[in-house]
Amino acid sequence: MIPYLTKRLGLAAIVVMAVLLLLFSMLHMIPGNPAILALGTRATPEAIAEYTARMRLNEPVVTQFFHFLGNAVQGDLGQDVFSNRPVTAIIAERIGFSLALICTGMGWAVLLGVPLGCLAAVRPGSWLDRVTGIFSVGMIAIPSFLVSIWALLLFSLELRWLPAIGAGEPGDFADQLSHLVLPAFAIGLGWVGYLARMVRASMLEVLGEPYIRSARAFGLTPRRVVLGYALRVAILPTITLIGMGFGGLISSAVFAEIIFSRPGVGKMIFDAVSDRNFPIVQGGVLVATCFYILVVLISDLLIAWLDPRVRSSL
Amino acid sequence: MSALPSDPVVSDTTATSDALRESAGRERREKLVRFLTDWQGVTGLLLVVIFFASAIFAPWIAPYDPNAMDIPARMSGPTWAHIAGTDQLGRDTFSRILHGGRVALYIAAIGVSASLSIGLVLGMIAGYGPRWLDNLLLLAFDAVRSFPAVILALATVALTGPSLTVVLAIVILTTIPSYGRVARTATLALRHTEFILAERSLGASTGRILFQHVMPNVIGPLLILAAMEVPVVVSIEAGLSFLGIGVLPPQASWGTILNEGYLVIRDAPWMVIAGGIPLILTTLGFTFLGEALRDIFDPRMGRGR
Repeated sequence: MIPYLTKRLGLAAIVVMAVLLLLFSMLHMIPGNPAILALGTRATPEAIAEYTARMRLNEPVVTQFFHFLGNAVQGDLGQDVFSNRPVTAIIAERIGFSLALICTGMGWAVLLGVPLGCLAAVRPGSWLDRVTGIFSVGMIAIPSFLVSIWALLLFSLELRWLPAIGAGEPGDFADQLSHLVLPAFAIGLGWVGYLARMVRASMLEVLGEPYIRSARAFGLTPRRVVLGYALRVAILPTITLIGMGFGGLISSAVFAEIIFSRPGVGKMIFDAVSDRNFPIVQGGVLVATCFYILVVLISDLLIAWLDPRVRSSL
Repeated sequence: MSALPSDPVVSDTTATSDALRESAGRERREKLVRFLTDWQGVTGLLLVVIFFASAIFAPWIAPYDPNAMDIPARMSGPTWAHIAGTDQLGRDTFSRILHGGRVALYIAAIGVSASLSIGLVLGMIAGYGPRWLDNLLLLAFDAVRSFPAVILALATVALTGPSLTVVLAIVILTTIPSYGRVARTATLALRHTEFILAERSLGASTGRILFQHVMPNVIGPLLILAAMEVPVVVSIEAGLSFLGIGVLPPQASWGTILNEGYLVIRDAPWMVIAGGIPLILTTLGFTFLGEALRDIFDPRMGRGR
């Protein structure tokens, strides 16, 4: 496990470096003064001179990159162009809204999709299997931002069951929860179908294995065979899928936050793009990508822990 | 009593090749029958044909000019004159949807073919080239995949401003790794086969081996993947245009229709409903078609029937 862990962590570190390099070079690739890009066009000449000195913009690009890197590692992602507050403080305020949304969205999808896939695989060809099959394709086919818009239209504006915008009153848990339902529903819906299909396919494959036949021959109950023996193996590809799919989930969450005016990191980046507030964009993109890299890393390590064969493959 | 080795060799081979040809023909017929009896595949094909036809013939089918404003009739609900209603400026939503399909087709055609070609070449190089190059390309694929598409698009648009070219570039960049990985795996499997070794010992150049001999064997799964990637590409375009960072108004695209509809969602809900339907039908169509083709040509990856 230890050699695998080292290699996998090294790989993740390299990818994070590549992301940092890309973010750094973005500001330098476009024509114009990086100081003006970072401070906004309203910046005074003194502020520009101060920023140029502080970010060492007159020094060679390589030195600048290491300076940028050093700051980023220490949690200094620059200041908001308008309020001058540190970017990290602003992200800290907003990341909770995004994490709550992403975890709830994925959570309900897993809780519904995995059992559906198992049930469909245990009785292939049954009405449940067929309904699950048709529904899952349908759910996958609707882009999540469209689910968000339509859910907003149906449940908030027409039926008036749930609130349409915002994240709820701070401190009022029930209110915050009611604001979370629709966006979480919207970003998780496609995943229910996706997971159900994936679990069904790998479950069917595993149920045909000799060791399952042996387990049955030993007289174990069907429930025990499926949940205790088959699911343990059948879930592996699904874990990888969940890890890889988080990128898509993050994208969906950005849309949901914008559509439901939820003050998360995605909405923050979007607003900063229209304001040309580059430090915020940079910081937000860095946090979002690092989060994704971390999730993929965790899912890979989880697989390696559950499946010894993987450890030797890297 | 032993058989005489007179000239059965010749007749045998012709017999075998005839049999082979016949069995290949039968197999092809069987595949066609299997496709035609798969309701998902046929539905998919139908939807895909409708998508192509409505996009190509939009100027002739559309009842109105997509940008013709009719202020007195603005924000009217669905009527016989405007079957999908009109928008804030009195433009006919149905005509705009038809013309929006052209944008989707344009992005899908260019985006998918470009990322397929680039992914194919990079994947073959990764699978056939030296180990360090393979590792480097895999790392590059991983790095690109580490950016959620929308986040990457937002970051790029922050610097360049919104445009169709940016959308296209994002679409191509983010979808290259899927093709690259599939092409790489398929090339790796071919790398040590006898016919490739034979070519190599005959002195064929690497380029010739890759493009004449590896490519025909790798391209099949990539084409099926391409059918499955069309919905992804179309959704990215619609999503980015919805956010106002892709196709720009007044150009009609499914995303801009949804964007304009979202702004008036309380007063003119038909716009976001009508604007979303073609998106879903196109996505469903290509997904059904891609899965049906995959089931027939690559049963191992299939739906597990």
